[in-house]
Order: sequence, then structure tokens, then C-alpha cells
Amino acid sequence: MPKNLFQKVWDAHTVRQLANGQTQLLIGTHLIHEVTSPQAFGMVRDLGLKVAFPHRTFATVDHIVPTDQFIEPYADPLAQAMMDELRKNCAQFGITFFDRATGKQGIVHIVGPEQGITQPGTTIACGDSHTSTHGAFGAIAFGIGTSQVRDVLATQTMALGELKVRRIEVNGKLRPGVYAKDVILHIIRMLGVNGGTGFAYEYAGSTFDGFSMEERMTVCNMSIEGGARVGYVNPDETTFAYLKGRPYAPKSTNWDAAVSHWKSFASDPGAAYADVVKINAADIAPTVTWGINPGQGISISENIPSPETATSADDKAGIIEALAYMKLPAGAPIKGTKINVAFLGSCTNGRLSDFQEVAKYIKGRKVAPGIKAIAVPGSQIVALQCEKLGLDKILAEAGFEWRAAGCSMCLAMNPDKLIGDQLCASSSNRNFKGRQGSTTGRTILMSPVMVAAAAVTGQIADAREVFSVTQN
Amino acid sequence: MALAKITSVTGRAVNVPGNDIDTDRIIPARFMKCVTFDGLGEFLFFDVRKQLDGTEKPHPLNEPRFKGATILLSGANFGCGSSREHAPQAIAKYGFKAVIAENFAEIFFGNSTTLGMPCVTASREDITKIAAFTEANPQGEVVIDLVKLEVRFGAHAVKIAQRESARDALVNGRWDAIGELIDGLPAVKITAAKLPYLVA
Ligand code: SF4
Repeated sequence: MPKNLFQKVWDAHTVRQLANGQTQLLIGTHLIHEVTSPQAFGMVRDLGLKVAFPHRTFATVDHIVPTDQFIEPYADPLAQAMMDELRKNCAQFGITFFDRATGKQGIVHIVGPEQGITQPGTTIACGDSHTSTHGAFGAIAFGIGTSQVRDVLATQTMALGELKVRRIEVNGKLRPGVYAKDVILHIIRMLGVNGGTGFAYEYAGSTFDGFSMEERMTVCNMSIEGGARVGYVNPDETTFAYLKGRPYAPKSTNWDAAVSHWKSFASDPGAAYADVVKINAADIAPTVTWGINPGQGISISENIPSPETATSADDKAGIIEALAYMKLPAGAPIKGTKINVAFLGSCTNGRLSDFQEVAKYIKGRKVAPGIKAIAVPGSQIVALQCEKLGLDKILAEAGFEWRAAGCSMCLAMNPDKLIGDQLCASSSNRNFKGRQGSTTGRTILMSPVMVAAAAVTGQIADAREVFSVTQN
Repeated sequence: MALAKITSVTGRAVNVPGNDIDTDRIIPARFMKCVTFDGLGEFLFFDVRKQLDGTEKPHPLNEPRFKGATILLSGANFGCGSSREHAPQAIAKYGFKAVIAENFAEIFFGNSTTLGMPCVTASREDITKIAAFTEANPQGEVVIDLVKLEVRFGAHAVKIAQRESARDALVNGRWDAIGELIDGLPAVKITAAKLPYLVA
């Protein structure tokens, strides 16, 4: 019987059925960071257990690292304590730690692929909801809670129920100025923030076939914002070309065998899906959020919704709440909304191609007066790649502060925060109330090039007009 | 590890209405700078409960008549957002023993079950009835029965639902899988030996 990738990977990693009907699933790769692992290590110690597969566990530090301070101890003693705790845990249990001194540190979802740890046909877990990013390689990657981090540390497995698979096909060419970020914002707007509950999303179609790995990662990253715990793209030549030669990728003697093994996991023609959604790439426009969840999005040329246009009582309450928090006028164009801060970075859009694309358009332009603009590479390696190409200089000349790698203002657990009700044009993935470090701070999600357009004009703008974009 | 068999939760309830209450709302990220979960309870819903200066805003959890409630009522898509277990931990450490909502975000649901904190779903209409009961009788007892899958309050009873694997795990004292997972370790080694990337 033809199977989809999810089923094949699931079957290959099934250890056994548990008494409650769930599956004990082998997790081939466990990624950890400083925020969700310390309590789990504490539980492992309390239970007198060991880390079962330390060589399949990889750590990095991303959420709390300051992006403008390199020397420890950090100004924030709590941040330093978390750093120390992770270092201690990795040393005690023999876990590879991509600490800052290694030059390989970065956001966990950027480090895994960059090192070649993320591979097709594998299972991955991390105590972080954006773990779905790794699905771009045809891996099944789960965001998990701390008790499950404990389970994976102690047994390299966790208890899970199987997911249904929804195939989302996007076909055709994206219009100029439309990016992978717009594709996923469009999908979430269409299917809703909880439309994916109980599902894994398989992204397919000619648009995805033509995407680079970085573009695929941007889409898979935000699967969870649509309620889907897992999102993936079937592995193909683009995947293999990306992985070749990476530190943890199979070596040349094993390469061909690995590739044919990886190919065997791709969904079979005729595989069954719980449902199929089809989208025409040409229908997708540059998309921005106007509210307080990632599903509250509109195209740049649309007007902010008003409560009167609500489709249900719930929808109406949601619009009223969002507009009150965002301090945006109902029914007005979103274009022209004044911003205070521009943030480029995060595990959604903090990779080389994101900064390349921005640099291409912002070269010779200036950030509008009074706008705070920061650019935060997703990893030390991304930073180095950008610096080699001189992208840091282009961004700095335009008025962006070029920072060190980390999560930064995506969730502001480090010193990079909004102040008061500042409005931020952000390339990150969440616009929840208070997300960027101020309880009244406001976030508008968009693609990196749209962030650049907002930065240079000081307002939410159509990048296609600001930068005269005629082709991608 | 012997775990309690959680067949019912009895206590007073408090309604925190709203849909899409996300994990950043439940526990703002700045309170996650910790290496244990102890003490998280006091920061539950912090930014909607407290002003910047620390004084209280109007919020159900700030009302003296609802102090000591152990059952939390809410709307649809409760617990969406991050995988942070800090969210269910904060709810549990605050003193809640169960949550009733229209539906739950996936990861939140799983995390809560693993803590032995049942999350059950009921219709909007029925949650409104329970909320009205609590509003009129803040001291009134609410019983979540995981065997009969109903909630009883005053003279009423309404239907609830819960994913069978979670319900089974709770009522049979298997809600924390760690013991069973450890028992499976020999089988884990066999599965791992068949996967090239784990052998190499
Ligand atoms: S960049 Fe943002 S979303 Fe990604 S891991 Fe860091 S905090 Fe989470």
C-alpha cells in the first residue's frame, strides 16, 4: 500500500504500543536549549536516571543570550544562571554543546540544519514549538514539553498518538515580492490558527519543489502557528545538495547509500491523506498581520478588518480584542501604519538568504529617522556568512544595528525588548500580546523585505512599491 | 512509579473567558528565566492580572470570592502557542487541578495530561452554564467525572469529552509515561539498531 512520509518515518521509529494505545516512538535526534531543558535534567537526576543516548543529543544556547554583550558573566544574573546550568548538564551527561566559543552557536532550529544534524527520514524532538522547522528536510520533528524532554533524555523515546496528514499543495510561481513567509501566513490565515490541530502538514506542489531549503524551513517553521505540530516537505535533490559536506552529514563513502535510504522515505505516489488543500501561488500577496495571533493576517493592500465584517460572534469578539490591543483603526488601510521598531531575525527568517534579500534592496537606502532597527543573524555561522559578503556593512550603512546570534526580540528573553506600546515590524513568527518583551508592545509579522520597506519608510509599506520590485 | 488514578476532580471553579488564550498570556516569557518550575504559580496570567506597577487589574483570579478554585474554565483553543511546559506548570502550581475548555492546543493538552492535570472539553453552551453556576455560587462544588464523562454542579450535569488515550492514562494511573518508557529500553535498542543514522 502506498504510504506518505509521515507514516513511513513513524513506522520505522515505532518501538511498541503502550498500554493506553499510544506509541513509544524512537526519537533519533534530540535538540535542547537553555530554557526548557534545566527542569528536565533536574527530573532525570531526581529519578536517578541517565541520558540514554548522549551522542544523539545536541545543545545550543539561543533564547537568553544577549546580542550585544559577548563577555560573561552576563548583566542579567538569571540569564547567566541558565547558561551555567546548561553547560553543567552537558558536561555531566556527555552532550555536545554548541556553546558560543565553538563558533557554531545559534538558534536551535538554525543550528541543526546548518550542522547537517537534521536529516530526511529521521525523528527529531526539541523542547520548543518551532521544531517543526526541521520538517523541511523530510524529518518528522516535534515540539515537546519539559516532561517529554525528560522522557527523551532518559529513554530516547516518547509516548505519542499518531497524527493525521493533510497535504497542502501550492502550485505555480510566486509573484514578484512574495516570499515563503507570505505563503505560510496565507496558509494560516486560510486554515486558521487551530485548523491544524491533530494534523501533520505535508507541504507539496511545484512552488515547494522550486523552493530552496531556507524557504522550506520558513514555511515548516510556522506550522505550529496553524495548530499543526508537525510540518514537512518530501526530500529531493535540493535537500541532498544542501546536506552534502555538512559536518554531521554522512561522509562521502556512505553518501550514496544515505541518499537512496532518504529517498525511500518520500511519500509514495497515490499515498492517502486525511485531506488535501490546494492553493494557487499567484493568489498569494505580501501578507502582514493586524492582530494578536498569526492567523489575523491580510494582504498589504487590504484594509484592517472591522467588527461589522465579522463572520460570527466569536470572530467579532476576536476582532474587537485585537484592535483594542493593537490600537489600530477598524476599516482603515494597514498600509501607512506608523512603526517604531524593525526587527530582522528569528528561526523563521534569520538565515543567509533572508539577509541577502534585504541587503539587495536596502543598499543605498536609509532607515527612517526615529526608527530603531536591528538585524540579528540566526547563528554565528549565518553571521559569518553575511559578514564575508559584506551584508552586515550594507545593513549598518542603512541604519540597522548588526547584532550577535540569538532569538533576541522574537520573544525578548534577552535584553532586546520593545518599550511601552511600540509597534514593531517583525520577521519573526508570533504576534501574541506582550510577545516582544513589553506587556503593551505590538507586533506586525511580515517577510524580511517587508520589514526593510517598513524600516526605510517608517510605516507599514508595500515593499514592491518602496523598492520598485519587478521580479524575484 | 505508582501514580494516582485520577477518576474525578472535585472543587470550586473559576471562569477565565476568552478564545485563543496563548501560552505567553498564561505565563509571560520573562518569568521563564528559571531552572526549576517551583514558584511559577504566582506569575500565572501575570500581565492580565497585574498592572506594570504590581497593583491588581480586574481579573477573575483576583476576585476574593474565587480564591481557592481548583477548576479553570475557558474558551476555545486554550493553551495555543509555545510548547513551554511552564504554562501548565504555572496553572498547576497556582493550585488548579483541571481545566475545562471548548478545546485545547495539542502540545498544551499533552503537557497537562503528563502532569496529571486533566483537560476536558465541553460545548460553549455547557461551559456558559457551569460559569453561570459558579458566578451565582462561587463556593459551589463542581465535579469532573472522568469515568462517566460528565461535569456535575448543583442539580445539573453536562457532557464532557476527552481524548480516549488521555482519559485511559488518567483513570488508570498511567498519565506519566516515564515508567513504561523505561521498561521499553531493550526494545528501543533493537529499533535503533535498524536505523542507519543511529548506527553510524
Ligand atoms: S527565534 Fe523565536 S520562535 Fe525561534 S526558537 Fe527563538 S524564541 Fe522560539
